Amino acid sequence: MAEKFKRPDGRKNDEVRPITAKVGVVPNADGSAMFSTGDTIAIAAVYGPKQMHPQHKQNPEKGVLRCTYIMNSFSVTDRIRPGPSRRSMEISKITEWALEPVVMLKKFPGTVVDVHINIIQADAGTRCAGINAASMALAHAGVPMKNLVSSVSIGKLDKSLVVDVNKEEEDYEEGEGSTDIPISMTGDNKLTHIQLDGKIDKKQLKEAIKLAEKACTDILEIQKKALKDSVEGDDSGKGKED
Amino acid sequence: MTRKVVVPGEVVAEGNMLPGEGTEKRGKQIIALKFGLADESGKLAKVIPLSGVYHPRRGNVVIGRVDDLTFNGWVVDIDSAERAFLPLTEVPRFVNKDALEEVMDIGDVAVFKISGVNKRGVDLTIRSRGLGRIEEGIIIKVNSNKVPRVIGKEGSMIKMIKDMTGCNITVGQNGLVWIRGDKIENELLAKKAIMFVTEKSFISGLTEEVEKWFAENKVENAKKPEKAETKPEKAKPVEKKEAKK
Amino acid sequence: MEIHTPEITANRIRQHLRNGKRFDSRAPESFRDLSIETGVSKKAEGSARVKLGKTEVIVGVKMDVSEPYPDSPDKGNLMVTAELLPLSSPRIDLGRPGIESIEIGRVIDRCIRESKFIDVEKLCIKEGEKVWTVFIDIYSINDDGNVLDAAAIGTIVALKNAKIPVYDEKEEKVLYGEHSDNGIPLKKEIPLSLTIHKIRDSLIVDPTKEEEDIVEARMTIGSYDGTISSIQKGREGTLGIDEIDKVLETYEKAWNEVFKKIEKFIK
Repeated sequence: MAEKFKRPDGRKNDEVRPITAKVGVVPNADGSAMFSTGDTIAIAAVYGPKQMHPQHKQNPEKGVLRCTYIMNSFSVTDRIRPGPSRRSMEISKITEWALEPVVMLKKFPGTVVDVHINIIQADAGTRCAGINAASMALAHAGVPMKNLVSSVSIGKLDKSLVVDVNKEEEDYEEGEGSTDIPISMTGDNKLTHIQLDGKIDKKQLKEAIKLAEKACTDILEIQKKALKDSVEGDDSGKGKED
Repeated sequence: MTRKVVVPGEVVAEGNMLPGEGTEKRGKQIIALKFGLADESGKLAKVIPLSGVYHPRRGNVVIGRVDDLTFNGWVVDIDSAERAFLPLTEVPRFVNKDALEEVMDIGDVAVFKISGVNKRGVDLTIRSRGLGRIEEGIIIKVNSNKVPRVIGKEGSMIKMIKDMTGCNITVGQNGLVWIRGDKIENELLAKKAIMFVTEKSFISGLTEEVEKWFAENKVENAKKPEKAETKPEKAKPVEKKEAKK
Repeated sequence: MEIHTPEITANRIRQHLRNGKRFDSRAPESFRDLSIETGVSKKAEGSARVKLGKTEVIVGVKMDVSEPYPDSPDKGNLMVTAELLPLSSPRIDLGRPGIESIEIGRVIDRCIRESKFIDVEKLCIKEGEKVWTVFIDIYSINDDGNVLDAAAIGTIVALKNAKIPVYDEKEEKVLYGEHSDNGIPLKKEIPLSLTIHKIRDSLIVDPTKEEEDIVEARMTIGSYDGTISSIQKGREGTLGIDEIDKVLETYEKAWNEVFKKIEKFIK
C-alpha cells in the first residue's frame, strides 16, 4: 500500500495528471496522435507499412518498426541543442521495444513502419507520453495490432510510491530521493517496457508495477476514447452506413 | 445500420463466432486487430477498417507510378506495402528491351491490373482495354478503405459524380483516382465531390447528401468527353523530353 | 506516390494558372487561411504555432547568457535553426538536417539579422563578458508547402511575445521561469520574409505541396517598412529582368496582406 505522501500539486498518490488525447493531428501522416499529461505534451506520426530502403536493411521475415524520439529544443527549461543525443537514441530504441510486441509485423515482410515522436513541452514522463501517443497513432494508421500499449511513470519519492511523476517530483531530493520507474503495458496487462533509476526493494517494486497496472487501465480508456471520438457519426462513437 | 467502432484488443463478438478479417479468436472471444467498425453477419465477425495500407488483390484495377526501369520491366509504386512490377511480357505489343522508356518512363502514371500477388510482390499487367499510360487529367489520392463508398452500390455513387461533372473517372482500388474532363473546372468539381464522399462516408443517406452538394456546387454546362485516353505506349517521346524544363 | 506531383496533374496546374486560377480556388496572390497561437511551450521564452492551410510550423525562442563573440564584445547574439521533422512529411529522410532545413534557418536568420530587428546592444549585460543569446528554433509539424513563410511568420510572433528571463548577476545564473516583464528589445518595424514563386509565366504566393513541387524559381524577400534587408533566389529556373518588377509588386501586396492578418498577434 502506498504511504500517504503530500505531493507538491496536491494529487493523491495514485492519481495521474489531467490527460488529453486526440488523433489526426498531422494530416500528412498515415496515422497520428497527441497525448498530454499535465504539462507534458507529445505528438506521434506513423508512416507505413511501406517498402524499406535500402534493401539490405529489409527483414524478409517481418516488417521493421523504426521509432524516432525528438525533444524540441524549447520543450525544456535549458535549451536542448537540436540533433540526436544519446538519450534520445536510447529512448527511440526503448519505444520500439515497448511497441513491437503488439504490432503484427509478420504480416508485412520487407517493409518498415516509421513512428516519429516529438515532445513539444516536457514536464517529466516524456517517454511515456510518447509511447501513449505512438500507440494511438499506430492504431489510427490502421496498422494491425494485438492490443494498444499504455505507459506511465511511477515514482518513489523518499519511501512513498506515486503515479505519473512530474518534473518537480522527479527532482525530489529528501530522504531516499526520487526513483523513476517508467512502465508500459498492453491492454491485457503484459509488460512491454520497464526502466528504473534510483533505489527500491523487491516489495515496493511489485507494488509499483501494480500501481502502473491500474493507471495504465485508466490511460487505455482515454486512448480508446480518442480513437473512437475521431470517427464521424453520432456521439456514441458509432459509425453509420446506408 | 449502426456499427460499433472498435480498437485493437477490443472484443468484437463472443460465443461460437468465426474470426473474419481484422480479427483473431482468443479463447471464446473474437478480438479486433484493427481500428475500424465491428461487423457481424451470420457466424462471421470481422472489422471493417477505417484506415490502413492498401492490400493488393488479383484482378484489382490500380493506378500507379513508374519508379524505376529494369532490364525486363517497370518497377511501379502502387502505394502498398509490397513491391509491384510490370514485366515486359505484360504489355500488349512488342517492346525493345533497350526502349522501355518509350512505353513508360520514370514518373509516368498508368492504370494497371493486378495479375497476381505472391511472396515476391505484386505482378501487374496492362494487357486489357482501358489499361496503360495516362496522358491527361488529374490524379488524386483517397484513403483506399473508402474506395467502396466512392464507387457506391453497383457503381451508383461514381456514376452520379461522372454524370454531374461530365468527367471520365477511373477509381483505382488502391485509392488513386484518375479524373479526365473537358474543362479543368469540371475535373476539380469531381475531385471535390469525391473528397466530400470520403469525408462524409459515415453519414446515412450519403447519396442524397451528395445530390444536395452538387445542387449547391455544380458548374454549368458540364459536357462528357468522347473517350478517356489511356495508351499502352508513349505517343511522342521527343515532345515529352522537351517539356522537362 | 507522394514523392512528387505527377506530371499530368502538374500540366493541369500550369494550364489553370495560365487562366489565373488555382486548384483550391485561390487567387495567385492569396495566402491560405492563416491561424496563429502563442504559448506553444511554457518552457520557451516565447513561442508560436502557425498554420497556413494544412501546413503547420512551431517556433520557439530560448535565451541564454554566455560570453560575446570576440569581434562584438558589446552585442548579444542570434542563432536561428530550422528542422523539417520526419514526422511532418513522408518525404523526409531520417538523418537530419537536410539542405532544405538548413536553408530555412539561414534565410530567416538573414532577414532578422540584417534588418537589425533585435537591438543586440541592449542584450549586453557586461561588455566583453556576458551577453544574451537569442535562440530561435523552428520545427515543421505538417508540411503541405511553404514551410518557409510559415516559419518566418512564426518567428516574428514568437519574438514579439517573448519575455527575457531574470539573470542573477551574483550567481551568474539565468533564472528560467522567472521572467522579467521585459520583452526582447526589438525595433518597431516588422521584418517579414515572404516568398514569391514562379510556375511557367505565373507568379504565385503560398503554394500547396502539389504546387511547390513544380515551382521553377522562387524569391524570398525580407523587408521592413519598404526597406529590403534580405533576398534569396531558389530553385534551378531563371527570372527575367522584367519579371523582377512583377515579383516586387506581388511581394508588396503579399506583405501588406500578411501583415494585416498578423497585426493583432504582434501588438
